[in-house]
Amino acid sequence: MTAPAEELCALTLRQAGERMAAGAVSSLELLEASLARIERLDPALGAFLAVAGERAREKAREADGRRARGERRSVLDGVPLAVKDLFLTRGFPTTAGSRVLEGYRPPYDAAAVERLEAAGAVLVGKLNMDEFAMGSSNENSGYKLCHNPWDLSRTPGGSSGGSAAAVAARLVYGTLGTDTGGSIREPASFCGVVGVKPSYGRVSRYGVVAFASSLDQVGPIARTVEDAALLLATIAGHDPRDSTSSTRPVDDYLLALAGGARGLRIGVPREWLSGGVDPGTLAAVRAALDTYERLGATLLDISLPHSRFGVAAYYLIAPAEASSNLARYDGVRFGLRAPGHGLKEMYGETRDQGFGAEVKRRIMLGTYALSAGYYDAYYLRAQKVRTLVRRDLDEAFERCDVVAGPVAPGVAFKLGEKIEDPLQMYLADVFTITANLAALPALSVPCGQDARTGLPVGLQLLGRPFDEATLLRAARALERETGAFPAPPEPS
Amino acid sequence: MSLSLEEVRRIASLARLKLSPEEEERFALQLSAILGYVEELRALDVSGVEPMTHALSAGEAPPVRADEERPGLGAPLAVAAAPEREGTYFKVPRIIE
Repeated sequence: MTAPAEELCALTLRQAGERMAAGAVSSLELLEASLARIERLDPALGAFLAVAGERAREKAREADGRRARGERRSVLDGVPLAVKDLFLTRGFPTTAGSRVLEGYRPPYDAAAVERLEAAGAVLVGKLNMDEFAMGSSNENSGYKLCHNPWDLSRTPGGSSGGSAAAVAARLVYGTLGTDTGGSIREPASFCGVVGVKPSYGRVSRYGVVAFASSLDQVGPIARTVEDAALLLATIAGHDPRDSTSSTRPVDDYLLALAGGARGLRIGVPREWLSGGVDPGTLAAVRAALDTYERLGATLLDISLPHSRFGVAAYYLIAPAEASSNLARYDGVRFGLRAPGHGLKEMYGETRDQGFGAEVKRRIMLGTYALSAGYYDAYYLRAQKVRTLVRRDLDEAFERCDVVAGPVAPGVAFKLGEKIEDPLQMYLADVFTITANLAALPALSVPCGQDARTGLPVGLQLLGRPFDEATLLRAARALERETGAFPAPPEPS
Repeated sequence: MSLSLEEVRRIASLARLKLSPEEEERFALQLSAILGYVEELRALDVSGVEPMTHALSAGEAPPVRADEERPGLGAPLAVAAAPEREGTYFKVPRIIE
């Protein structure tokens, strides 16, 4: 007796994997349920840029073949997942959300994709995103808008908007995103799912289209903390092909989940709970902090005096690195080439036609910040401020185990609300940027719904370098208390 | 902080971006606003502060890998996605007039 497709889609990743292991459902059945749901819901949602129907069916049949032989690679074996379109997938279109890479088929897979597939996961497709991961609303996608499954007139957040929307709408059981200034945590918060930005160096960036190389990090988005831990455990660990990949051993994240909140020292930055946060968001965050206290954690008032300078430092460092990384889109080796007389005109035409407004804006900003005569005043000064931001956190972690606060100043905003004012869009990243600048792990876990709109609110937790285990433990303690976050209303 | 149209054109040329006159005007305004905002960094005393040039702390960086010959993509695969190619070469517009 096969369960109806919609019931299958409602399972968590862990449950789907266990049902398969018990022989109650096949990978192909899970995949067909997922593909049917994508076909039904995604035209209105816009989470996918490409669906790998036949390729995925092959992988699902292989997983079912393994199961028939009594083999099981991992909990993920046969489970349908999807990745942001920033991850290279061999022979399968990879656009980074940009027209400049339209039709590009990479010659190799990203390390994180390899690891998911080695664990048996079935990749269903590539997810919508802001072009080259630059944006906080997914509105900078070169292809189409992505909508928030809780309210289609609102943004799912960005830049991993499709990765969060697909999980929230139960299209797949988990996804990967990337986070350079909040691009996993903000969409996870806006869509009511769990999103983890690991420590810089924890997950290989090999085969991930580069945005800002000293800030970019790969991480999972999932429905539950446990599912996020399963995905992180699969992709974390040293990879010699990424020269910034840490050789530290990976902690046992699943074991850590049972730890509970008792005895945790939680630092609450006073700067993050004062002005500038919407009342509904603040109420949900405060309620979560109260819950922790009730569970036996200790709340500590801390100060991060330099974090408010983070946005300014970030919007010099990230565009500077991007302006260098994006020099490779020159119409020669891959992607678009626009006709032009001579090489320089060909470059200019190609980059004019291939890049959208936000990407051009950041290339301009970064080129300016790095140009002769301005380097010291902008880029170098920003890197010194980055040191100060990190020092604040190092001091905080002498007294606390985690730092807690809001992910974003408010809930998901309306599509179109901020797109004309880049600076306002940037300021929404104020709380997430800190972890990227400081290279620390951080996550977003749903902590409630905004009283006025009913939209999800995420709690942000930051941890010591490479201490993802304590973050996941703290997040699980809250989730156990509040219950798994509900799915958005089913569209009629 | 205000960027002139001339400066916008100079930066665009450095970045090999061809901008329309409308884009030049819009970027002059928007980049001026953003640069005005980042001016707040000047309020901080950073004398004696080392710049954070690496995201991994000292001691965290993995050892440099051995300098050994390894197989690469190979020329046919490396040029396979090029918009224009001839054999295993990338084809570019004439550089020397």
